[in-house]
Amino acid sequence: MATTPAAREYSGTHDTHPEHADSDHKPGFFARWFFSTNHKDIGTLYLILAIVAGTVGGILSGLIRWELYEPGLQVFTEGSLLDRLGVFEGKHGYNVVVTAHALIMIFFTVMPAMIGGFGNWFVPLMIGAPDMAFPRMNNVSFWLTAAAFVLLMITPFVDGGQGLGAGTGWTIYPPLSTSGHAGPAMDLVIFSLHLAGAASILGAINFITTIFNMRAPGMTLHRMPLFAWSVLITSFLLLLSLPVLAGAITMLLTDRNFGTAFFNPGAGGDPVMFQHLFWFFGHPEVYIMILPGFGMVSHIVATFSKKPVFGYLAMAYAMVAIGFIGFVVWAHHMYTDGTPINMRAYFVAATMIIAVPTGVKIFSWIATMWGGSIEFKVPMLWAMGFIFLFTIGGVTGVVLANAGMDYTFHDTYYVVAHFHYVLSLGAIYSIFAGFYYWFEKMFGVKYNEILGLIHFWIFFIGVNVIFFPQHFLGMQGMPRRYVDYPDAFAFWNQVSSIGYFIMVAGLAFFFIMLAEAAIRRRKGVPNPWGIGATTLEWTLPSPPPFHQFNDPPVVRAEGH
Amino acid sequence: MAHGAVRHDYHLLNPSPWPLIGSIGGLVMAIGFVVWKKGLFGLDAGTWWVLALGAALVAYTMLGWWRDVIKESRKGEHTPVVQIGLRYGMILFIASEIMFFAAFFWMFFEMALFPEVRTFSPIEEVRTAWETWPPAGVETLDPFHLPLVNTLTLLLSGTTVTWAHHALQVGNRKAARMGLILTVILGVLFTSIQAYEYMEILHENLFFNDEAAASKLYGSIFFMATGFHGFHVLVGTIFLAVCLLRLMAGQFTPQKHFGFEAAAWYWHFVDVVWLFLFAFIYVAFQGG
Repeated sequence: MATTPAAREYSGTHDTHPEHADSDHKPGFFARWFFSTNHKDIGTLYLILAIVAGTVGGILSGLIRWELYEPGLQVFTEGSLLDRLGVFEGKHGYNVVVTAHALIMIFFTVMPAMIGGFGNWFVPLMIGAPDMAFPRMNNVSFWLTAAAFVLLMITPFVDGGQGLGAGTGWTIYPPLSTSGHAGPAMDLVIFSLHLAGAASILGAINFITTIFNMRAPGMTLHRMPLFAWSVLITSFLLLLSLPVLAGAITMLLTDRNFGTAFFNPGAGGDPVMFQHLFWFFGHPEVYIMILPGFGMVSHIVATFSKKPVFGYLAMAYAMVAIGFIGFVVWAHHMYTDGTPINMRAYFVAATMIIAVPTGVKIFSWIATMWGGSIEFKVPMLWAMGFIFLFTIGGVTGVVLANAGMDYTFHDTYYVVAHFHYVLSLGAIYSIFAGFYYWFEKMFGVKYNEILGLIHFWIFFIGVNVIFFPQHFLGMQGMPRRYVDYPDAFAFWNQVSSIGYFIMVAGLAFFFIMLAEAAIRRRKGVPNPWGIGATTLEWTLPSPPPFHQFNDPPVVRAEGH
Repeated sequence: MAHGAVRHDYHLLNPSPWPLIGSIGGLVMAIGFVVWKKGLFGLDAGTWWVLALGAALVAYTMLGWWRDVIKESRKGEHTPVVQIGLRYGMILFIASEIMFFAAFFWMFFEMALFPEVRTFSPIEEVRTAWETWPPAGVETLDPFHLPLVNTLTLLLSGTTVTWAHHALQVGNRKAARMGLILTVILGVLFTSIQAYEYMEILHENLFFNDEAAASKLYGSIFFMATGFHGFHVLVGTIFLAVCLLRLMAGQFTPQKHFGFEAAAWYWHFVDVVWLFLFAFIYVAFQGG
């Protein structure tokens, strides 16, 4: 990959804003961080939001594991710590915690980190663009996400009709979310989803336009790095699925506030229709949360194997296939709600087909490593952990895809274990992989390798101890979202809760790593990874200048 | 390598307050809605000023933001490549809007194509109400009365906006102004007719009455689908009216008038959605 001044015609009137000529001129603190129009600063803001929200969501999951440590009611009962604090009171409080944990992790941790954070930071860098297509709209995406997070954080302190907060689960099915939660907390949750959805749609428009319109000369789509491909596909999923959720929750809102009867079976309405609309969004949503991770892992595996990605085009089009099929499998979330047998047969078949492109990806990662000169640096460990654990989650997904099996497993801890393997151990692993991979590039300082390794290994042990036993609990028949359970489930629940504390210890090293890097400030180099790192961001200083690629690079060789 | 002169045509922006102000407006509006309907933070239900404050902030943001966009365009920041980006942006925005309507159409078709599943309801009133189409108590509208007038109104407005576009392209600003004025008038006419029809429906209790207690779904989806469309007509009319003002201010040239084209695209999208509403809600499932 070589960069030379581009020989193009320039018709712009750049002399009208000389402030852009000096590429490292930064605005003052307030304007820079609150009025930002810079993709790297907005990416950093998203990452900060994701870390804050992830910490809140993680604390909430701690309350869940604390409660489930042994049978009976410990935390969500009278006289407990939460009761004295006056938050999440009683058994309803448990439902509120489960709901908030899911919504925070999905909308305010994984999505902001992957798409808002890494997408903003690295899509323009990787395609050789100076910024996003709509830099100001980019910032409204961030601030709307922050506003949505504020709305959601208000709800546990507001009356929901059953007590404080909304305890409907993230799926907000009616009638629980209509007549079951008459209070204002539920309306605030709905508006939170509206704002977060609007933010994501605007972000998706921005990414698609950037990728289609702002690639550097020679950067054809078939030379584009896989992370940019993954964000492009993710953006299409966001663009086409989120408006359907918006429509569904708008109808929920009018059912609640204006007496309409969309989901009210007493007036001809159909609660199952909400499930269709929700999962028409909800299923693409799970791919939205994993596709950028696929992109990141591809780069990391290639970098540390010092080989190009095996089957680059197949990798790109496997993601296209996953995105496409992701739109036609939604009712596999609804096998037990009276779906006709023929429909179940179709959704079983369609769902299992997704294993084919996913298999293409898994085997191509392995083939990339095959015969490579592999360096087991921290990002590579996270990426390999991702491949291993995501495969486990994928395999249990194939089990659950079968309607016959799902009749037994539906709403059990087997499902909880499945989606935490693909998200908590899949998506979160790829986020950590990307964070360590690009740490030096983003912040201009080096992290401590030993602290990173300790973080990885303790976290690896912790999350597996949390979630692997939940497969057993599910197969034993323990239902999800229950605050209490019979003694028969006590042992594996206890193991799972112990795993939580191990994971927290691992996360502590993440924050120690951040603090150590911030205190020591070892100066970063443009490319710490050597010949394996071939994408354009490694041609820039670490951190890159405030505006990069003022002189667009020309891409000659295929450098992915 | 990144230092030195800017040698690309992309549009880099200076920091802007609008995203933050607009997001705060959105937050206040959401809380304000809940305050208004349910009462919150010690404010009684029916308190309207929080909602109004949020709406004002959002409106202020829209004015300020788009004013900045127009200023930047006047300064020549919208180079050919930036204009291509704006085109992508508008097309993608319309694509997401189409999916928004898909949700409501899906709801409508579930009801209109499968009313008989409701005859298996455990609720007796629902079982009997949905044995017929339209369901008990619902009196559907005659599609070839006001709805047809509205269809013709919108189709005509589609031709006038195209007339304006062609006139603009050949530099005939007077004809372009005429075409746009007619389009805005037809847009207002559509909204007025729709409002009149709504009043008639509500006044005559065509959808909501005692007999239709178990078939309220019909009225719900009718008003949601056509109302959401009506809102888009309103937005499109305002968009075209702004374009009319910009045209009269001489801001559009035969070569560069993307603001107008975006408004025209949006208007055609609204037009096509109406054709689907007319074909299915009014004609195909008008009932006996």
